[in-house]
Amino acid sequence: MIEVRDLHKAFGAVKAVDGVGFSARDGEITGLLGPNGAGKTTTLRMLYTLMAPDRGQVLVDGIDAAVDPLGVRRRLGVLPDARGLYKRLTARENVDYFGRLHGLPEELLASRREALVKALEMDDIADRRTEGFSQGQRVKTAIARALVHDPRNVILDEPTNGLDVMATRALRRFMRQLKEEGRCVLFSSHIMQEVAALCDRIVVIAHGRVVADESPDALRAQTGESNLEDAFVKIIGTDEGLAA
Amino acid sequence: MTTTPPKTRRGAFLTVLLKEVKENLRDRRTLVSAFLTGPLLGPLLFVMLINLTLNRELDKAEKSLPVPVIGAEHAPNLVAALKAGGVVPGASVADPAQAVRKQDADVVLRIAPGYGKAWREGEPVQVELFYDSSQRDANTSVERVTQLVESYARQQGAMRLVARGLSPGTAWPLQVAKRDQATPQSRAVLMFAMLPYFFVITIFMGGMYLAIDLTAGERERQSLEPLFANPVPRWKILCGKLAAICAFSLASLLVTLLAFAVVGQFIPAGKIGMELDLGLHFAIHVLLLMLPLVLLLAALQSMVAAFAKSYREAQTYISLLMLVPIIPSLLLSFMPIKAQAWMYAVPLLGQNLGIMQLLRGDGVSAGQLGLCLAGSAAAALLAVLATVQLYRSEKLAISA
Repeated sequence: MIEVRDLHKAFGAVKAVDGVGFSARDGEITGLLGPNGAGKTTTLRMLYTLMAPDRGQVLVDGIDAAVDPLGVRRRLGVLPDARGLYKRLTARENVDYFGRLHGLPEELLASRREALVKALEMDDIADRRTEGFSQGQRVKTAIARALVHDPRNVILDEPTNGLDVMATRALRRFMRQLKEEGRCVLFSSHIMQEVAALCDRIVVIAHGRVVADESPDALRAQTGESNLEDAFVKIIGTDEGLAA
Repeated sequence: MTTTPPKTRRGAFLTVLLKEVKENLRDRRTLVSAFLTGPLLGPLLFVMLINLTLNRELDKAEKSLPVPVIGAEHAPNLVAALKAGGVVPGASVADPAQAVRKQDADVVLRIAPGYGKAWREGEPVQVELFYDSSQRDANTSVERVTQLVESYARQQGAMRLVARGLSPGTAWPLQVAKRDQATPQSRAVLMFAMLPYFFVITIFMGGMYLAIDLTAGERERQSLEPLFANPVPRWKILCGKLAAICAFSLASLLVTLLAFAVVGQFIPAGKIGMELDLGLHFAIHVLLLMLPLVLLLAALQSMVAAFAKSYREAQTYISLLMLVPIIPSLLLSFMPIKAQAWMYAVPLLGQNLGIMQLLRGDGVSAGQLGLCLAGSAAAALLAVLATVQLYRSEKLAISA
């Protein structure tokens, strides 16, 4: 369960996030939808305590990020915008590194790692150094790395960015599986179809503000548009930064 | 679906350290710099230079020395005396000044045509030595010829006095007795003034690629953001990284000390009355003196690299930083200052003075060692704290 209340963050004169609030529930997939530069990544970065908000509150499973940032990070699995693997380490070693930083005992780490390798279908690449990995292989490794400590809450920043159709489908299947396991899944995207296909709840962000927070059906009903993409354009008032 | 127990306390530091060491052991450039070029280039260069210098000096002192003599026929006795001293009188040259300036000869001796007549009449005569004192190479030759001529003159003067029934002592009421207090070891010091810099540079190069890779490199590869999403305080991550840098620079230092110990055997220092001890005793003391410096340099390198946005930028900054440790070495070799106690507490300068003292064979007193270690350790601590502060910056993790 992730709760965000009235977040503000400015870089100099630019208000990147200007009063964002929403909650993402367990057993649901929540999509953070918005055009490029709307403040999605900055919002997520405040969630996983990389940045401190100027104002507002972040609660993860009831823990205040400002009070106990380490406790929050322990309950989060994060796939940041920057995937950044260690290219001289193999995929398995990359996963192990983060597992150990989470303080996992070795036996538990090994079983978690192998389960993820299986679930993400990365047997063939697991013992290769990540240098020269394809975009899809990189994302798989980064996700395995992010989930090795079995977090209840999962944050994915534009997870399907740069993936081909097959990889995208596999990733969506995996996200549904996470949801069925009862986790709270929060992901950002600027792609309509993806959000429509996956989300139980859509939070639309534009210009650093939440402009809608509904289920896909409610969103369509609210705007009177049967097509979700048209609904989206109507909500943010412009089609700038939209990609299909 | 269990949340992991919060027992990361001890593991994080070690985890970061081991991972960074493992990862960098797989990088050829880091390995070459830390274990080959860094620690071995210094000793190799050093022994080559020293051998070249020593052999030239030795050659000059033992070899027969060809000297063109103008007017040799006027002073056969003088020429015979020179010959006895190892000088080979050469053919006369037309223009002695030119010959010296063009380095055809180190030194040219000219005997005036009136030499024989004046000698027989007991008048003082002059012989001329042409040389170029800006040719450092020729100095030994000039000195040798000068001494031969002067001792011949003294000897002849004494004989003239004896012939007139006077004691030779009459002409030399005062005699200077030189008492050189230089020990064989202290004589070596002049040649080895740059030795401390080699050690510092080795530490520097051993850790350099790691320092860049662990901050600027990680930032450029965008792996710092996911790393900081782990439930480990940033200062702990930094400490692990610093330890990895220190491990590499220490290994470099050990390799170079070993290399110097081996190479020291091949320096013919004894032949010119020097004594050089680069063995175990020396190595242990240098290691001890350098320990806080290892941490200080690691922190400074990380700090500088953390300011840089990219690998390349960090490399530029760090190369500039590399010039800093040369300052005390240059200072000491150009202006020989008398070491004051407080100087030992200054990082780099203290190490420099300490190593020079070891080379002189004086040893380092416990007080000096303590000052040196305490001063450098305090500086290292400050640098680490400053780097920790820098690591807390929000901007550090953001790559784009």
